[in-house]
Amino acid sequence: MKIIYTVLACLFFVAISNSQERFLTKNGTISFFSTSPMENIEAKNNQVLSIVDAANGQMAISILMKSFMFEKALMQEHFNENYVESDRYPKATFKGDLLNFDAIGDSKTKTQVKGNLTIHGKTKEITIEATTLKTADSILMTGEFFVELADFGIEIPAVVKNNIAKKIKVNFNFNHKPYKK
Amino acid sequence: MKNRLLTTFIIFFSLQLSSQDLLDVLDAETSETENVVTATFKGTRIVNGHSIENRKDKELEFIISHRFGRVNTGFEELFGLDQSNIRFSFEYGLTDNLTAGLGRSSFEKTYDGFLKYSLLKQRTGANSFPFAVSLFGSIAAKSQKAIAGNERSFAESLFYVGQVLVAKKLNSSVSIQLTPTYVHRNLTAIAADPHDIFALGFGTRVKLNKRVSLNAEYYQQFNKLESINARNSLAFGVDIETGGHVFQIILSNAITMIEKGFITETTGNFFGGDIHLGFNLSRTF
Repeated sequence: MKIIYTVLACLFFVAISNSQERFLTKNGTISFFSTSPMENIEAKNNQVLSIVDAANGQMAISILMKSFMFEKALMQEHFNENYVESDRYPKATFKGDLLNFDAIGDSKTKTQVKGNLTIHGKTKEITIEATTLKTADSILMTGEFFVELADFGIEIPAVVKNNIAKKIKVNFNFNHKPYKK
Repeated sequence: MKNRLLTTFIIFFSLQLSSQDLLDVLDAETSETENVVTATFKGTRIVNGHSIENRKDKELEFIISHRFGRVNTGFEELFGLDQSNIRFSFEYGLTDNLTAGLGRSSFEKTYDGFLKYSLLKQRTGANSFPFAVSLFGSIAAKSQKAIAGNERSFAESLFYVGQVLVAKKLNSSVSIQLTPTYVHRNLTAIAADPHDIFALGFGTRVKLNKRVSLNAEYYQQFNKLESINARNSLAFGVDIETGGHVFQIILSNAITMIEKGFITETTGNFFGGDIHLGFNLSRTF
């Protein structure tokens, strides 16, 4: 009986220590740029949640679409109302793995991140290159990638097709800190 | 028994800790945000009358509005297209919540100025609030020359309008608005005409798709001008939005496009065919 308890206790502590190896940020930054002949559109979100599990290199990101701030109020309204439909699809999410996570150390390392990106209710598997830096009390990730609007069912009407790029450049910057419950 | 409970608890707790999905962790960590409800209406007008929507900080909107003659004037007048009334205006967001506008209507050569202030916003999430309230005030000055013997002073040419706009976005496609209205005119045509008229406006919009909506608006007057056969204003419109433009196609029994006019001076009988086709075109800079 005692042995069973010891094993259970070990399991319990392993679980706890596991959860302590998670790194989280609540104010990660994601910005995107649309460059087109007519106008440039830029938006920034400073309230992105991201978590990395240092035990296995898994990561997840959660983005509130309404937290993207635009230069023009009308652009922001159109973004939420007409393009990403934030009332129906309030969040974009990513869930995936940092490949070769063990190779990451305290100098900047190029890392592949592979997983499923969900925007506007549509999910697509993507692989992103990130620059990653890991120390005892932080995991820093930065990088950029392109999102093709058509992949996520976001339509651009003909009258504004010269105002909005089909491929949107996305930049991210997450400074994860140890996650305590 | 106690031991068994403890065992179950420990197993359960351990499993839960290790199997908790990372996205679920993020959901749990998401703080409840305050969401201001936006885009209750597409434009700053429902049809003729104002909606709770404001121009945002430092945005300038240019609006050209147009009402043709009555469609029941027949083929000779090309169903009213031979006649035309126009109002153009510049409307500017002084702040996100305060819009000022200056306009000029061809009907009676009337100038108008207004202020619209967004007092309360509809909100969901933290600090939720069920509806939005805006205040509207305008002054209109008639500049058309009076006929000889009927001259009036500048003060006698003035009209004042006050409105409280109360709107609610019921869901992503349906919005409603109630608009208690007060209209004051300094000069009346005959002694029996009231200087002060009270009315209640009803407005709604239903989105047909992401960029097109159907709007309707009705103003019930509680007292009316006696010198004309005044009727309540009824109007329907279709909003079509393309980028920075909102294009509204309108059917209305009123020929004027400012509050003191279409609310109290409408004489057309909508169901008798006294319908004016019209357009509002707006461009935001």
